[in-house]
Amino acid sequence: MTRRGLSWGARSVVGLPLGWLLLFFLLPFLIVLKISVSEMEIVTFKDLVTWTDGVLHLQLKFSNYLFITQDELYAKAYLASLKYAAITTAWCLLIGYPFAYFMARARAALQPALLMMVMLPFWTSFLLRVYAWKGLLGEGGWVARALDALHVDQLLLALGLISGPGQYMNTPFSLVLGMVYTYLPFMVLPLYANLSKMDPRLLEAAYDLGATPWVAFWRVTVPLSKAGIVAGAMLVFIPCVGEYVIPELLGGPSTLMIGRVLWDEFFANNDWPMASSVAVVMILLILVPLALFNRAQAEAQAKQGARG
Amino acid sequence: MAAVIQEGGEAGQPAFLHIAQLVQEFGAADGHAFRAVDQISLDIAQGEIFALLGPSGCGKTTLLRMLGGFDQPTSGEISLGGRSMLGLAPYERPINMMFQSYALFPHLSVWENIAFGLQREGLPKAQVAARVEAMLKLVQLGKFAQRKPHQLSGGQQQRVALARSLAKQPQLLLLDEPLGALDKKLREETQIELVNIIEQVGVTCVMVTHDQEEAMAMATRIGIMRDGRIQQVGTPREIYESPRSRFVADFIGNVNLMDGTLAVDEPDHVEIQCADVRHFVGHGITGHEGMAVSVALRPEKIRISRRPPPTDDPELAPAPLNQVKGTVKNMVYLGSDTVYHLALPSGALLQVSQSNTERHPDDALTWDDEAYAWWTPSAHVVLTQ
Repeated sequence: MTRRGLSWGARSVVGLPLGWLLLFFLLPFLIVLKISVSEMEIVTFKDLVTWTDGVLHLQLKFSNYLFITQDELYAKAYLASLKYAAITTAWCLLIGYPFAYFMARARAALQPALLMMVMLPFWTSFLLRVYAWKGLLGEGGWVARALDALHVDQLLLALGLISGPGQYMNTPFSLVLGMVYTYLPFMVLPLYANLSKMDPRLLEAAYDLGATPWVAFWRVTVPLSKAGIVAGAMLVFIPCVGEYVIPELLGGPSTLMIGRVLWDEFFANNDWPMASSVAVVMILLILVPLALFNRAQAEAQAKQGARG
Repeated sequence: MAAVIQEGGEAGQPAFLHIAQLVQEFGAADGHAFRAVDQISLDIAQGEIFALLGPSGCGKTTLLRMLGGFDQPTSGEISLGGRSMLGLAPYERPINMMFQSYALFPHLSVWENIAFGLQREGLPKAQVAARVEAMLKLVQLGKFAQRKPHQLSGGQQQRVALARSLAKQPQLLLLDEPLGALDKKLREETQIELVNIIEQVGVTCVMVTHDQEEAMAMATRIGIMRDGRIQQVGTPREIYESPRSRFVADFIGNVNLMDGTLAVDEPDHVEIQCADVRHFVGHGITGHEGMAVSVALRPEKIRISRRPPPTDDPELAPAPLNQVKGTVKNMVYLGSDTVYHLALPSGALLQVSQSNTERHPDDALTWDDEAYAWWTPSAHVVLTQ
């Protein structure tokens, strides 16, 4: 190939998903954006641009956005979403990292079986699996009974994570448990992929230079798996912010998240412009920190290159 | 150079690095025990550069890993400076290793890589910095202190690895295939540089290599290993010129090995009858007439010419001993030398290597030429094992 740029095959391989994203992500998003600044007229929207008596009118209604900043229900729901997403991500990392670490260091023959076990839950419907927790954590459920027997409820109650002794359902506890349970594989898989590629001789080199296994872990393993940690954290955090099903099934009155608010605006209030505004703010809330993070990383890399 | 202590050590003076009856057994549990290292005893003096040389799978890397503390021996003893190393973890040993293909930390700069070991000792920052600077100067990498390993060439990475393993001033330095990742030209330059640095620091050194040139160029002594055992220990010259077994003779350099029987056994000379030639060896050996022996003859110890050997040279054995006539079957021109493959009457090939001292010799041998080859009574090594 002498022509600069991509071949026809490469263009289509890149172009097809790009076209898909434009058609089914960017376009719907622009529609949502349009609705969020539109005025409702009973069941239809007023046109944004109108032409009357030789005057071009552009009408953008920002009151929904203003309302989001004024009614503290929205701020609370956004913050709750970010909080529970962050807590879920932290727990997934805490449980997933050691899991992925030992999986990557298990005997080679054992690794496919372990990997299979991580992915096995995907074979059952997500909805069923979350629903099953209702039975397990509800009164008389055997997980609830086991927690009672271990007096874990006392601790959870003291921390304000459950609503009463033996009352696990519809609490922050059940919500986070459900989200961690659901999203754990999304943390484990990128971490495993990252850790299994790590050269074990780097750890030996660290031991050789006087690092105890604990120090070697923090100084060598963790920094080298940063890419896996970031990938896993994003795969868990981003969907958790907008999560609707799990809070609906396992959450309670004290765990109002933004997904639920969105649902209510759409289906209970039938206020599509308001619902669209809520959705747009949610996307910005996730995208802006992500973009900043990406830029910081690109800058750090560029700096390194310049230094060299 | 430190006094060379032979295998087993000299009585009353314990060696600096003492390895005794070391065994590493794998798979003992399932009944198919395999000894990667089998009863190895070695004594290495302070300041020596000792090379373990052998084919892959001979146990040399396992032995090195036991010295570093990465593998625990099944039985035996390792002591360094009179202190037993058994049961000590790698991070508790005053031993540092330069790993094969270096194992530099990819997320740390050159400076941080070298400082890693010093920081683990909890030294004050200023002291760490001074030591790192000294190391950078030693390996001439001052300009590259802030680079990451992947921004360096292979030779530079090798020097970072060396600086990192020397930074803690170890009592023993282990080198695992130190030049294996470099190309040939760079390897030859680096060999000399590496030895200079090691001697400047004065550290005792054990290296593992499968490259005999590397071992010969760098080591003060070489141990040839095979199947978990040490076949022979000696200076490079001893190993090359006086191999004690067919394996060592064959493993190091090129050699013509000929089987024969001891025909004349006198105190001051012996004669060995082989298929194509009767050898005259200018010294006595322990053996008896009729005994089966092998003769090892290095290609460069043989002279080759179109004309028969001179008959009046007192250095040579009386004709027709130590000479053959054959046909040049193959010629390999290597620049500095040419290797001839001379087909002998029995069909065996004799390798002869001649230095190309002239640019355009008048009567150079070529394919299918008839030629004579001869050698002196001191050229061969007689092998009884």
